[in-house]
Amino acid sequence: MVEHRRFGNLLPHLVLIAGVIVVAFPVYLAIIASTHDNSVIANGQMPLYPGSHALDTYWNTIMSGTGKTTREPVGSMLLSSFIMAVGIALGKIAISIISAYAIVFFNFPFRMATFWTIFITLMLPVEVRIFPTYKITSDLHMLDSYSGLILPLIASATATLLFRQFFMTVPKELVEASKMDGAGPIRFFFDTLLPLSVTNIAALFVILFIYGWNQYLWPLLITTRDDMQTIVIGIKKIIDVKDALTEWSVAMATAVLAMLPPVAVVVLLQRLFVKGLIETEK
Amino acid sequence: MENRAIFPGRLLACLLVFPQLAVSLIFFYWPAAQALWQSFLVQDAFGLSTEFVWFENYANLLKTPEYYHAIGTTFVFSLLVVFFSLAIGLLLAVMANRNIAGVQIYRTFLIIPYAVAPAVASVLFIFMFQPGLGMIARALQRNGIDWNPVLNGTHAMILIVIVAVWNQISYNFLFFLAGLQSIPKSVIEAAAIDGARPMRRFWTIVFPLLSPTTFFLIVVNITYAFFNTLGIIDTATEGGPNGSTSTLVYKVFLDGKAGSDLGGSAAQSVILMIIVVVLTAVQFRYVEKKVHY
Repeated sequence: MVEHRRFGNLLPHLVLIAGVIVVAFPVYLAIIASTHDNSVIANGQMPLYPGSHALDTYWNTIMSGTGKTTREPVGSMLLSSFIMAVGIALGKIAISIISAYAIVFFNFPFRMATFWTIFITLMLPVEVRIFPTYKITSDLHMLDSYSGLILPLIASATATLLFRQFFMTVPKELVEASKMDGAGPIRFFFDTLLPLSVTNIAALFVILFIYGWNQYLWPLLITTRDDMQTIVIGIKKIIDVKDALTEWSVAMATAVLAMLPPVAVVVLLQRLFVKGLIETEK
Repeated sequence: MENRAIFPGRLLACLLVFPQLAVSLIFFYWPAAQALWQSFLVQDAFGLSTEFVWFENYANLLKTPEYYHAIGTTFVFSLLVVFFSLAIGLLLAVMANRNIAGVQIYRTFLIIPYAVAPAVASVLFIFMFQPGLGMIARALQRNGIDWNPVLNGTHAMILIVIVAVWNQISYNFLFFLAGLQSIPKSVIEAAAIDGARPMRRFWTIVFPLLSPTTFFLIVVNITYAFFNTLGIIDTATEGGPNGSTSTLVYKVFLDGKAGSDLGGSAAQSVILMIIVVVLTAVQFRYVEKKVHY
C-alpha cells in the first residue's frame, strides 16, 4: 500500500459490493423464481427467499416440458448444447493446433499464403455472412445436424494464432534434441509439443466451450427440428408464448440450467479462463 | 515471420493444414464471396431471373430512410454500451486492484456475466422489467414512471443497453485489471512521495498508462455492440417497437429472414463486412504499435 488512509479500504469494499449485487441480482432472482409456483410469480408478489417448488419445477422442465405447450423437454436441449459446445471447442482446437504446427515447423510451398488465408478469417464474424453460409450449409445437407451446427463455427483463426505464437517460443534446441533421439515430426508433436501445450489447450477449451454454448444466431437458423434445438434458443420460445401466460418458473429454471454449465466452467477454471482470454485477444 | 523450417515433408504439412483450409474456404470465403456477388444482383419477385446491376442495391439502400434510422440506432446503442460498460468495468477493476480482504471473491462474482449467453441475459432482465410482473418494472410504476418497453421505443432501448452492458462488464473488468496489474508499483509510489493524491495519481499516471488497454477495449466493445448483441435484441425486443431497437446487424437478419430482397440484404452485409475489416485493421495497427511501446 502506498499510504494509509483514515477510512481504510471502505470505499473499494462498498463499490465492489455494489458491483457484485448488480451482477448477481438477476441471477439470484432467476434461481428464486424457479423455486416458486407460477401463480405466486404471476401476481408480481414473489418473495426474495426460495419457495418449495424447486424439485418439481426442475423435474418437469428437464424431463417433460410442461402440459400447456407442446415443448421439447429441456433435458434434450441441454444435450444438444453440450454436444455443440464440446464439438466446437475440440474441433477448433484440433484443426488449429495441427495447422499452426505445420506453419511454424514445416517448410512447404505457399506457407505464407496459407497463413494469411487463415489469418483473414479472423476478421468477419459469422453474423455478417450469415445467409450465404446458411445456403451453403443447406446445399451440403447439413441442416439439423451436429456437423452443421459445428463446422461453420470452427472456421476462424484465433486459436491458430494463439498456438502459432506459443510454438514460436518453443526453443529450437528442443526440436534438435528430439531429432537426435530419432523422433520424426509426428512423434515430436505427440511426445514433446502436445504435453507442452496442455495449459494453452485447456484455457482455450474453456473459452471455446462458452463461445459454443452461448451461440444464438447460427443454431436459430439451421435447426428446424425441435430435438436439435439448443437451450439458448429454446429459452426464447418458452417466454415467447404469445397468447398464453408465460410460465415464468419454467422459464427461469431453463435460464438457470442454461447458465449453469458455462458459469461453472468459468468459476471453477478461473485462472485458466483469464489466461486464455487475455492471450487469445492479444 | 521466423521460419523454423525444421521438418521436411511437404505432404505431411499439406495434410496438417488441409482441415482448417477446407473449413475456411467452404464456410468462410465461399459465403463471403457469395454475399459480395449477390449484392450486385437483383432478383425478380419470383426468383426466376436475376440481373447484374452493379451498385444499384447499394444506391437503393442509401435512399431508404429505414437504413439511416438503423444507422442512428446502432450509433446510439453502441455509444451507450461502450461508454457504460467501459466506465463500470474500469471503476470495478481499479477497486479490485487494491490489496483488500476478500478481493478474490469479488473478482469471482464479477466475471459471472461473461459466461451468461446474451439471449439468456436478456431473459433475466425481461423477467425483472416485465410491466406488471417484474420487480423493477413495478418499482418504476409505483414511482409514476409508465414503464413499458413493448410500446415505448426509448424504454426498449434502455432495456437492451442495460442487458448489453451487464453482459459485457466482466470482459472489460478483466482486461482493465490485467492492465492495472502490469503498471509498475514504483511509478505510483514515486508520485505518492511527490505528494500526488489518489485521484490525481489516477488521472495523470494510471489512466494514461492504461490507454493501450482502453483503446483495445474500445475497438473490441464496438465490435461487440455491433455483432454479439443480436441475441439480446432478438430476445428482448425483436428490433421493435417500430424499429427503435433495430441495429444494422439486426436489420440484415430481419431483411434476410423475410427473404424478399436478397440483393439488398447482401449489400447490407457487405457494408458491415467493410466496417469490421476497418475495425480489425485499426486494432492490429494498435497491436503493432504496442510492440514498440
